[in-house]
Amino acid sequence: MSYIEFLKEYGPRFWDGTLVTAGQFFLASALAIVIALVAGLMKLSRNGLIRGIAVVYIEIFRGTSLLVQLYWIFFVLPLFGLTLPKFTAGFVAVGMNLGAYGAELVRGGIQSVPKGQWEAAYALSMSPMRRMWRIILPQAFVNMLPPWGNLLIELLKNTALVALISVSDLMFEAKQINGSTFLSAQTFGTALIIYYVFARFIVTPFMRWLELVMRRKLGRA
Amino acid sequence: MMEDLSNYPLELTGDNVPMVRFLKVTKRYGDLVVLDQLDLDVAEGEMVTIIGPSGSGKTTVLRMLMTLETINEGVIYVDGKPLTHMEKNGKLVPADRKYLRKARSQIGMCFQHFNLFPHMTALENCMEGPVQVLGMKKAEARERAEELLELVGMSDKRDQHPSRLSGGQQQRVAIARALAMRPKVMLFDEVTSALDPEVIGEVTNVIRSLVEKHNLTMLMVTHQMGFAKDISDRVCFFFDGKIEEQGAPEDLFGNPQKERTQQFLSAVKEAD
Repeated sequence: MSYIEFLKEYGPRFWDGTLVTAGQFFLASALAIVIALVAGLMKLSRNGLIRGIAVVYIEIFRGTSLLVQLYWIFFVLPLFGLTLPKFTAGFVAVGMNLGAYGAELVRGGIQSVPKGQWEAAYALSMSPMRRMWRIILPQAFVNMLPPWGNLLIELLKNTALVALISVSDLMFEAKQINGSTFLSAQTFGTALIIYYVFARFIVTPFMRWLELVMRRKLGRA
Repeated sequence: MMEDLSNYPLELTGDNVPMVRFLKVTKRYGDLVVLDQLDLDVAEGEMVTIIGPSGSGKTTVLRMLMTLETINEGVIYVDGKPLTHMEKNGKLVPADRKYLRKARSQIGMCFQHFNLFPHMTALENCMEGPVQVLGMKKAEARERAEELLELVGMSDKRDQHPSRLSGGQQQRVAIARALAMRPKVMLFDEVTSALDPEVIGEVTNVIRSLVEKHNLTMLMVTHQMGFAKDISDRVCFFFDGKIEEQGAPEDLFGNPQKERTQQFLSAVKEAD
């Protein structure tokens, strides 16, 4: 079977898998961003308890294996009465894991905003909430974008693990195709290329564009 | 240990209530005493300049008045009311954050490094406080911001971001931003120190016009003796956390009484 014939035969299944992977990627990214923002802000709180919760969260999700976390969420939580559909369990695990990494980016981004900006906002009598939201976060956001680009590519690649709880993503389809055709090179080669194209020609350009837009907003570009 | 504040009045009353009063204010960093039992009054509409060697506590005076620094002892009053403290059961206690936020809105400050918000245009910088803090309508805030940018000669650059402006232009916008909050007291903390020599004049001219045309109470820390001499009603020479000498500019610069003042002024003159 030529590679062209192989693609004709199995292309639709690769496509279906890619759509599921894209779904996992977008939902996990959204979750990771929200978690990162919340945990990052909590880590900067003056309140020791709030800070402590964030530290524990970050330590657990950054310090243990994503695969184990995925199995916990999918296989162990039902024992405690929380059963999630596999698709949900997949992106929740990936999002919570990468969110812990993102929290450090948020914290670092906020701390990289010069002290003078905090003082200027203070001198205008802004409340701490407004100061964070209107003055500090927009600037922190720009500083954080390059490392977030990296993190999102990492996240995309990590979504391949959800195949292990039978979410029919790109990796799952590839394994199935490989199981019935034994054309490993073609199968995993195709999967490899799709992941690469996704990261290189969708995620990276999007982040670059976002960076440019934000820099323009700052009048830097 | 709580400081005994029973000797401090809950508010200042009488005929000559100063706009700003420091009453026995002490500031320490650990063992280092930055300001020692400082007493300083600034009358309404007065322009007071603070000079002195670095480390003499002059910037700290402004930062305490902006409540950017806490104080260890004493009370600061603005317009007769305590700034750093609030009344609770007939006694003065250190102000909480809410009180401070309200109290410090009477004070405007300009910084050495301008600290304009880089993600906003000049106009947006000047509208931010009025809209977000004072709750003003956007159209009204815009009108006020435009007037103030006009006042500082920055109308034509109102839609530029700070990164497109020179240091002198940024500082003028920063002055307009502070004025937009309609403060009773304006603080200028070495506002020309970070500027190239050729643009210092555009900032000092703005401050000069404020002094001449507006009845604003101002405190300024500066290294520019000529400018201080020109526009101040009074000059305070700080040394070692205390006011070593103060007086009208022509007296203090023309005929300083204390040896340290003489030394400082002649050292500054040599450097010029």
